[in-house]
Order: sequence, then C-alpha cells, then structure tokens
Amino acid sequence: MEKRCLDSGVKGVSTGTTILAAIFDGGVVIGSDSRASMGGEYVSSKTINKVIQVHDRIFCCMAGSLADAQAVTKAAKFHLSLHSIQMETPPLVISAASVLKDLCYKNKEELQAGFITAGWDTKKGPQVYVVSLGGMLHSQPVTIGGSGSTYIYGYVDAKYKPKMSREECLQFATNALALAMGRDNVSGGVAHLVVITETGVEHVVVPGNKLPKFHDE
Amino acid sequence: MALSNLLEIPAAGFNFDNATRNAALEGLFEGQKPKPMKTGTTIAGVVFKDGVILGADTRATSGEVVADKMCDKIHYIAPNIYCCGAGTAADTGKTTDLVASNLAIFSLNSGRNPRIIMAVNILQDMLYRYRGQIGANLILGGVDCTGNHLYTVGPYGSVNTMPYLSMGSGDLAALGILEDGFKPNLELEEAKQLVRVAIHAGIMNDLGSGHNIDICVITRQGVDHNRPYQESEYKDNRKVNYRYRPGTTTILTEKVVPLKLELVQETVQQMETA
Repeated sequence: MEKRCLDSGVKGVSTGTTILAAIFDGGVVIGSDSRASMGGEYVSSKTINKVIQVHDRIFCCMAGSLADAQAVTKAAKFHLSLHSIQMETPPLVISAASVLKDLCYKNKEELQAGFITAGWDTKKGPQVYVVSLGGMLHSQPVTIGGSGSTYIYGYVDAKYKPKMSREECLQFATNALALAMGRDNVSGGVAHLVVITETGVEHVVVPGNKLPKFHDE
Repeated sequence: MALSNLLEIPAAGFNFDNATRNAALEGLFEGQKPKPMKTGTTIAGVVFKDGVILGADTRATSGEVVADKMCDKIHYIAPNIYCCGAGTAADTGKTTDLVASNLAIFSLNSGRNPRIIMAVNILQDMLYRYRGQIGANLILGGVDCTGNHLYTVGPYGSVNTMPYLSMGSGDLAALGILEDGFKPNLELEEAKQLVRVAIHAGIMNDLGSGHNIDICVITRQGVDHNRPYQESEYKDNRKVNYRYRPGTTTILTEKVVPLKLELVQETVQQMETA
C-alpha cells in the first residue's frame, strides 16, 4: 500500500477533487464529486463524502489530504458548536469560514487542506467563502476548487449569472461538476449537491450514469 | 471526554525520549537491524442483512520470512465490535488494545454500550495525531443500537465507510471479488462465502498473505469468531520431530545441598473475618 502514495505530494489518501459553491436567488448550492485517490492512480473510495455539515445551515467542502481535511472539519464543528451555544444564536457563515481559516493558517506547515464554506444566516443571507491552503479567506458569489476546477473555469465564468433560480443554479452546478469529472482523472463518482436556503437544507445526489452528457460522450 | 479517555493526552509535538537509546542499539546490530514484523495481509469486511462479517488471513511476515503462520488479525474491541488490522503488527495490536481498554472504561463509567462510531473517532484522532508514523490500516465492524456498521481507518487518520471493504497488501485481489459478488442484504451463508472467497483470492495472489482464513460474524445476537474458518490445504510435513522425550539427556552426577535456614522473627497477624 505504501508504494501507492509516494508520487503525489499528499501523504495517504487525497481527495484530488472538484468542489464548487454558487449563490442563487434565495440560497446557495454547494457540491462536490465523490472520489478519493491515492498517488493519482488508485481510487481508494468511489463514494467518499466531501460535503460536511458543520452547523444547521452551514456546509463545507473539503479538498486536499483526506486525513487533514477530516481532522480540521471535526475541530471546526466542535468550535462552531461551542461558539453557537455561548452566543445563544446560530453562527454566521463567516464565523464558520473564520474557524476553518484559523486552523489552516496557524497550522499551515503541517496541513494540506483547502475548503469552500457555504451557508445561510440571518445577517447576510446566502454566502460563499473560500479558505485556501495557506489560510486565505475570501468571499465570492461563485467559487470552484480542487484539481478538477482548472477544467471548468471557462464554463463557470461564462455560465454563472447572479440571481439565478434554484433550478437553474442546480443545473449549472451539476453541469460544472460533470464537465470537471469528465476531464480530471482524480475526480469522479457521484455528484453530491446540497441546496441551503432560509427554510432548510436539501441533499441532491446525482449518480455517475445520470450526469449530463456532452457532445463527445 | 472525561468518560472515555482516562489516559492523559500527551504533550504536543514529537517525543524524542528514546532517540539516544535507539542510536546506541543500532550500533549493536552492525547495520542489519531486525525489521519490524508486518502483517502483509488480506483483510476484508462485508455488511450483510443481520450484521457484519470480518475476515482475515493468518500470515505475518518479517522481510521475506514468515514470522507467524497462525497470526490473529481480528482483534477484540468490545463485545459487539471487532477490528481487523493490516500494516505493522505491533502497531495494529497495541492500537486496538488501547481503544478496547478505553471503550471498556467508558462503558463502565457511563453505563452505555459503545458504538462503532466512537471507536472510529478515537482511532482517527489518535492516528491523525501521530501523522502516519503508526502503521495501522484498520477495518472496524460491529453492530450497535444504530445498526450494522463497517469503517476503515487509514494510518494518516482518514476514515471511510462502505458496505464492503478490504485492506492490506492483498486488498486489490480481495476487492475484485467483493466488487463482483457484493449485493445489499446478503444472507449469512452467502456473505460468509463472499468473504471467504475474497480472502482466498488475497492468499492466492499476494505473497504477503497466506495460510488459514479467520472469519468473525457479528450480529445482534452475538459474535461467532471462527479461528480457523478454513485451513490452508498446503501443510508442511516435518521430517524430524523436535519434541524430546524425558531422559534424552543422560544425567551424569546429582548433588543435593540442603539450605540451612534460621528463623529470625515470627509475627502472627489476626485476619478480620466477619
């Protein structure tokens, strides 16, 4: 098993991935693929869950080393839960993103994990934040991450419109993930999507064979 | 937190206490240090209708030599939780022992039966803290109040859950069988067969796996740990008998020296027996 992880820079299982999040009118869609790989040649899991719920209306997507990302999200869940109890109010999305940023920045030498945090709160409504590898925190209306994101920058730039409807945004996210999974060898499996609005959270899972097909498939 | 872990959380960072001792020992071996015993292994687990089945081979290797032909790779964690371990034999054994003790203390303190997810969390935290230096690739399986569960924990602390899993050097051979034969809600006998064939594939196609197949069936009713479930058809016939009967070595002389003991002090303590 050791021979599989020597080539890639990440030790152990990596989530070499495609993750994205986009704001629509009234909510936010966050999604990812479901492949976990080792050394760029072995798929250690076809159905790994990369969209983790850190609070009632806040989710985050992980990229990078699976062990590091799972450890950071566990710590973040704990911190957010404590914060929420102390403040006696649901946490803001920026708080969740800040917790992740703090962990990533303070331990940047040891960690290899990046995140996209998305959610809904009463103060600013739907928001998307990206926390990169070194601990940079940035807010954007739509963001993509992971190794597969390089193949869909053009698609996202061209097709994203602010104030889309829920269905349009869901279709946009599914298409983006399908395109990235089609070109990136370390992204694949099923598309996990989560729609977060003021009223609730909805999980949408699109199996590999039901993903949209494009002209060459 | 106080309920589960009575061991102190160690200080942050690496512990270099044994570094000087190791350096001194290395000098004694003149460059040919004994290699740690690895379980170059095939382990597998399958979730079936009524519970979980874990299977493992029984070969432990040390370099190119088989160190143990009847190694037990299915470790006890709790009455309803067992764990298969691949990687460094010492690491898997000690790590699972540690979790078993912690869970036993937790059960006694809280009056609750442990859940598989708790064992998984403790293992994940511990292996992550050691940054992959503990070579333990584990498959945990069990039945608790929330259902039948099967998890795998990697040496760096990554966790995954699937209805069928295999780990070790023979994992790809076993995985092929599992991918082909697995269906949800298998019956007991079908699931046992599937695990047996998967481990057998590992034994036949991987040099690091071999000898017998052990199976552990965990259901709500209890645990059935079959060791060995299937014996290897390749047995070696020893030409020479290494058991020596008494009297093989002749006694030339016998000398008895009685010890002279002097009674110095005598005290009598009454025992309170109410």
